[in-house]
Amino acid sequence: MIVIFLLIPLSIVIAICFLAAFIWAVRSGQYEDTCTPAMRLLLEEKKSTPPEPANEFPTKSEMK
Amino acid sequence: MALPKPVQSSNLNDSVTILATAGNVPEAALCFHCGTLCCGTRFALVDKFFCCQGCQTVYEILSANGLTDFYQLSATAGVRIAATVKSEQYQFLDAPTVREKLVDFSDAKLTRVTFHIPSIHCIACVWLLENLFRLKSGIGQTQVNFPRKEIALSFDLAQTKLSEVVTLLASLGYEPELKLSALEGKPKSTGPRRLWMQLGLAGFAFGNIMLFSISAYLGLDAFAGPGFRKMVGLISFLLATPVVIYSAAEYWKAAERSLRQKLLNIDVPIAAGVAAIYLQSCYEVFSGRGEGYFDSLCGLIFFLLCGRLFQQKTYDRLAFDRDYKSFFPLAVTRKERRSPARLDDAMTNLKSIGPEAGTPVEAQVSLAQLAVGDRLIIRNGELIPADSKLINGPALIDYSFVTGESEPVEKKADDYLYAGGRQVGSAIEVEMVKAVSQSYLTSLWNQDAFRKEKREWLNQITDTYSQRFTKIVITIAFGTAGFWALLNPALAVKSFTSVLIVACPCALALAAPFALGTAQRVLSRRNVYLKHPYVIETLAAVDSVVFDKTGTLTAAGAGSVTWMGAPASGQGVRLSETEERWLFSMTRHSTHPLPVRIGEAIQRDYFPEPVRSFLETPGCGMEGSVAGHEIWMGSAAWLATRNVFGLKLEGSVVHVAIDGRYRGGYVLASAVRPETERLASGLSTGCEVALLSGDNEKERGRFAAMFGPGTQLNFNQSPLDKLNFIKHRQDAGKTVMMVGDGLNDAGALRQADVGVAVVEKVGAFAPASDVILAADMVTRTAEVLRYAKQSVCVVRVAFWISAAYNLIGVAIAASGKLSPVVCAILMPVSSVTVVAFACGAATGLGRGLRGAEKTNLPPPNLQLQRAGLKPDVPIVMEAQS
Repeated sequence: MIVIFLLIPLSIVIAICFLAAFIWAVRSGQYEDTCTPAMRLLLEEKKSTPPEPANEFPTKSEMK
Repeated sequence: MALPKPVQSSNLNDSVTILATAGNVPEAALCFHCGTLCCGTRFALVDKFFCCQGCQTVYEILSANGLTDFYQLSATAGVRIAATVKSEQYQFLDAPTVREKLVDFSDAKLTRVTFHIPSIHCIACVWLLENLFRLKSGIGQTQVNFPRKEIALSFDLAQTKLSEVVTLLASLGYEPELKLSALEGKPKSTGPRRLWMQLGLAGFAFGNIMLFSISAYLGLDAFAGPGFRKMVGLISFLLATPVVIYSAAEYWKAAERSLRQKLLNIDVPIAAGVAAIYLQSCYEVFSGRGEGYFDSLCGLIFFLLCGRLFQQKTYDRLAFDRDYKSFFPLAVTRKERRSPARLDDAMTNLKSIGPEAGTPVEAQVSLAQLAVGDRLIIRNGELIPADSKLINGPALIDYSFVTGESEPVEKKADDYLYAGGRQVGSAIEVEMVKAVSQSYLTSLWNQDAFRKEKREWLNQITDTYSQRFTKIVITIAFGTAGFWALLNPALAVKSFTSVLIVACPCALALAAPFALGTAQRVLSRRNVYLKHPYVIETLAAVDSVVFDKTGTLTAAGAGSVTWMGAPASGQGVRLSETEERWLFSMTRHSTHPLPVRIGEAIQRDYFPEPVRSFLETPGCGMEGSVAGHEIWMGSAAWLATRNVFGLKLEGSVVHVAIDGRYRGGYVLASAVRPETERLASGLSTGCEVALLSGDNEKERGRFAAMFGPGTQLNFNQSPLDKLNFIKHRQDAGKTVMMVGDGLNDAGALRQADVGVAVVEKVGAFAPASDVILAADMVTRTAEVLRYAKQSVCVVRVAFWISAAYNLIGVAIAASGKLSPVVCAILMPVSSVTVVAFACGAATGLGRGLRGAEKTNLPPPNLQLQRAGLKPDVPIVMEAQS
């Protein structure tokens, strides 16, 4: 059972990775508009012409 | 504006030929772009018809750039182009002073700007706006925020100008809202982001600590040795500490603030409880006695933050804090004589030779650049930005939003015009007499009511209950400590902290946010939008309701139009259908509000006939010949000058004479909203009702009959009178609700305990208020008030439930038998029960609240028209509220 002393801290480290992902998501503004991205998802199929230029411009949070 | 790409016929399935109008068009053709019925001149592209040049241009731009998918994404994609867009119209945006205020960010390569575009309404708008870069070089990424109807747009200043970007948007039907308030800069809010972080951290710690604690509760330490217990305690401590410091930060601050103000609100017992649990747990962990209550602690903070998030519901489409600056435009047309210096300026800047020096030139200038003495051109539907003198008239000013007068007022040259009025009819020229910020309308904002700090919505019921609660808990805690000190001193400290731990008012603190937050959502589904859930508490206490008349009880612009035929005309009192069609054709040529309203009222499926020698004399009437018959429509005095005398009719009347013979008159009355009488009777129990109007007394009799004798009816009220009336009622000890719509009510709305702004269209401008109410819900005010009272009852019952749980908990704690397991079960269970009850009861009661649930059906006609293009599943989306 001594292995539990290794497993528990390890599980905490993994959990912290998820927490970090959450913090990143909040900071990048994903919780501010939860409606439009859902609509954009439906639009993706409709695009018959070349896609948008890939991240040519910084997003809001990167500029700050 | 130049077309982004030349129209290539190879790109198109349809060749760009404009067919002859009328003959080739089926009778009821709908505009392919915006879906309105094409009347009069029609434009056609092979098999598609357009109502106007603007709509056709949009279609051409889109088809030339391969963006016709736009029409397949939604049945109601196109926005009607109200007026042709001229590129000069937005040139004032390129002035550095204006541009710097508008843009969010700018450097050599990239400028980023956010616009509010009210016409964003469907998925196709999102698609088109996010593909804007395909229409114009220099435009980069665009991102639409659909609920807020905002677009964040980046462009390259070297390749294009701000004015060009706005012109492009406007020519597509997405004209950004450019109001004076935009110059004030944008407030930055980081509130929700921080709350999400705090909530995430608390949830993370809660889940993990709970996981480890379960193994400890189940006795796993028997297998892993005593070190395990210690490790779990230590990890719990490490996880819980940031939660206590960061996630609970608001509670520490709030508790400190209320202690300093010597108030005992709900934050104090919460902070005390959190501190007690944390310190007790630290003590237990570090002294090796146990693993503490860290799981309950994080759970408690997690639930509290959930409540906070729930009550922080905001309506992105609505703004509750608008003042006149959001009502005024950003720019007006100024007439200027070019001085030699300005000419030079123009030569270098525009690289064009303007008219010679000395000739008047019209230019769009931002409101901030205006000075007293400037000559302004105000066109049909435009707003007068500052108090001015009329130079070239006559003018017809609609003050309904500013003063509450229901009919537009005629003004002659040299008359004084107040800011905020809207010109109706042909363009006028005015000279500014006062600066924008010192005009009559804006002076209302210098009142005390506006100088006061914006009141914070407090949770009064919770605070009153929590005061009692805190006192009782502290008494019990000391009582048990004293009891055990005598019997068994070892238990004294433990039972004392146990009582504090278990009696932490989590459930108490959750009752109001969830019950009132649910009520807020229920109301929003019926188009009643509250600024904050706690507004309901004040709504429940309202015992005096004050209504504005124009725009609130009467529908603005609309009204009843009654034909009063002359009995002795020999042709019958009623108009024949042919005659009515002639009159309809006449009204189509006028912009005066009375004929426009008559036209709307008598329009059936008439197609207008051509009118010859049409002449409108402002302030008098109009004349013209239709199908060979001479028609005069106008005031009685004007017809009298032509020796036509008719009926004496009261109110706003347009008299009609055909071929010099009097036929009768149209009587226009403002339409009182249906069910107003029911409203009056619904409110009469337990509430005093008053009506204040800026309009004259002509409708006193009508409203007196409707509201009964107990109601106070005041007419000719200035904005300040209204404010003072509210103040007076408040001094008499009443809780006043003011229901109004215009800027003239702004003071009263602000002064009242609850200010309710009425809007015809949700999202339209409303003065600063606590509640925004859709016009069709005005007559249901009584039901809204009753629902508010019921919701407050739900909160009270939820308090009793949480009190029952506390009783059990305190009984265990006082006996000195509280263990972390009991705490870990009792706390979440009590919170969940209270939340479930609060939400369930508020929703259930909401079912009884009558009122139209939102429906969103696309106009049926358009789908038929686009049958050939219709996608398998049309995607129609409404803004989520």
